[in-house]
Amino acid sequence: MQRIINDPDNVVDDAVRGYLRASPTLYAATDHPRVLKYAGNVDADKVGVVTGGGSGHEPAFLGYVGEGLCDAVAIGEIFSSPTADAFHKAFAAADRGRGVACLYGNYAGDNMNVKLARQMAELDDIEVQTVVARDDVASAPADQRDKRRGVAGEIMMWKIGGAAAARGDNLSEVIRLAQKAVDACSSIGVGLSSCTIPANGKPNFSIEPGKMELGIGHHGEPGIEVTDLTSAKEMAATMCKPILEDRPFNRGDDVAVLVSGLGATPVMELNLLYADVADILEEAGITVHRTYIGNYFTSLEMMGATLTLMKLDDELKTLLDAPATSLALSQ
Amino acid sequence: MYYLDTSKGHDILQDLVAIILENKNYLSEVDGAIGDGDHGINMAKGFRQCGEAIDGQSLSLSKGLGKLASVLMGSIGGSMGPLYGSLFLGMATAVKDKDTIDEAAFGEMLANGLRSLQDISDAQVGDKCLLDTLVPAVEAYQHAVANGDDFTVALERMRQSAEQGKESTRDLVSNIGRSARLGERSRGHLDAGAVSCCLLLTQLADSTESRLQQQAA
Repeated sequence: MQRIINDPDNVVDDAVRGYLRASPTLYAATDHPRVLKYAGNVDADKVGVVTGGGSGHEPAFLGYVGEGLCDAVAIGEIFSSPTADAFHKAFAAADRGRGVACLYGNYAGDNMNVKLARQMAELDDIEVQTVVARDDVASAPADQRDKRRGVAGEIMMWKIGGAAAARGDNLSEVIRLAQKAVDACSSIGVGLSSCTIPANGKPNFSIEPGKMELGIGHHGEPGIEVTDLTSAKEMAATMCKPILEDRPFNRGDDVAVLVSGLGATPVMELNLLYADVADILEEAGITVHRTYIGNYFTSLEMMGATLTLMKLDDELKTLLDAPATSLALSQ
Repeated sequence: MYYLDTSKGHDILQDLVAIILENKNYLSEVDGAIGDGDHGINMAKGFRQCGEAIDGQSLSLSKGLGKLASVLMGSIGGSMGPLYGSLFLGMATAVKDKDTIDEAAFGEMLANGLRSLQDISDAQVGDKCLLDTLVPAVEAYQHAVANGDDFTVALERMRQSAEQGKESTRDLVSNIGRSARLGERSRGHLDAGAVSCCLLLTQLADSTESRLQQQAA
């Protein structure tokens, strides 16, 4: 295992220590070792925005703590949900008396731990409402959207929900807008190689050289099909097709496009892939309002990329274009 | 008629801790075949912490189970923390104000644990998970009590059904958790959660049985 670590069992704690030391103006520690909060806006009169999830997806989730985004984050073991206790402490860290919007992805562990944490928060009189991202079109058909997993579309949910909270919207409005954001997102991933959790020491699954897996999940969940590795141009077409059909996206639509690497694919290739995606969108008469290209939501050292399209209206555009400052996203 | 003095809870809890710690490597081995390979590590982490937290104390069964639940929910994330946490919390709630429990109260404790778990999870029997052990074991116990069998017979039925339920996961295709990725390839391997659940229920039955007292008729 060619990795930069100390003890494989302490990778997450050691990494959190690094984030705190590297970015003291962005992160503040809390009384829970697996909860970080935004070091700024401490006196802001706003709805608290919380997210959380397993580690190994950096810069998600903690990279989206900051101005105009999330106020606190619960941090789990690699590819494993944070504890209910951590979510609960994150709610407490983010709450400024106007309630908390917990914006996270649709995974069994996260659903259970957030549910328990909400019960704990009730005892503290902290009002918590949730939005669960379900943007991965490959994880279930359109008529079973409630079963879909959350992937990179979560970033759009944090951006829109975070901007709404930052301008002073109340809790029900923040929730409505975050829900609207994630409902407007469709994503799909392509995996070119596996990844290794340091504590396990061996790859979680395998993708043979020369092959690619369309629709792979952020933890290696099975995709739609394994095919021969194609050119970027063909890959762009293969990824755009199920997304464009899903919403559906139509001629004249305005969209935001997010191309995220899965960890080990060079950023150069993400931009290369985007050029081919942009050609397809142009051909389809779809206008790109804003792009995000880079390692926004990864899966350790997996090779591959995810493509997310978000259909925009004026309300979403205003919030998407609002300023934000964080490790992962600043504009 | 047999009953359990709930002030013995502390000893029973230490037995549960011990059985998980003894099987740490075995559980990770089972999990390694089709899952992340960390089940033993995670379970041992939670149960060891619980053992340390209750060491030297004298806790009732309810307090002990409640402590176990809160440690599991606080220290194990993922799915196993909330699943086992809810199970033990539900069991703790059911025996909260009881000084002694008879076979019916023990059955209600199991049933309330199961209800509590099902309240936070949609997992079903047949998904290749711990419910494949838990559900038939609880049903077999309650069926025995309904038939008028005594406490020890009902516990034996629970042990047998837990074992059969665990073994049933060998022929199942995983529908839940990380092993779902393997689809058909998950067949032929036991589910690690079903194995740990069988260890815990068997130990619970053994520890309860060895502490039963007979009530004067």
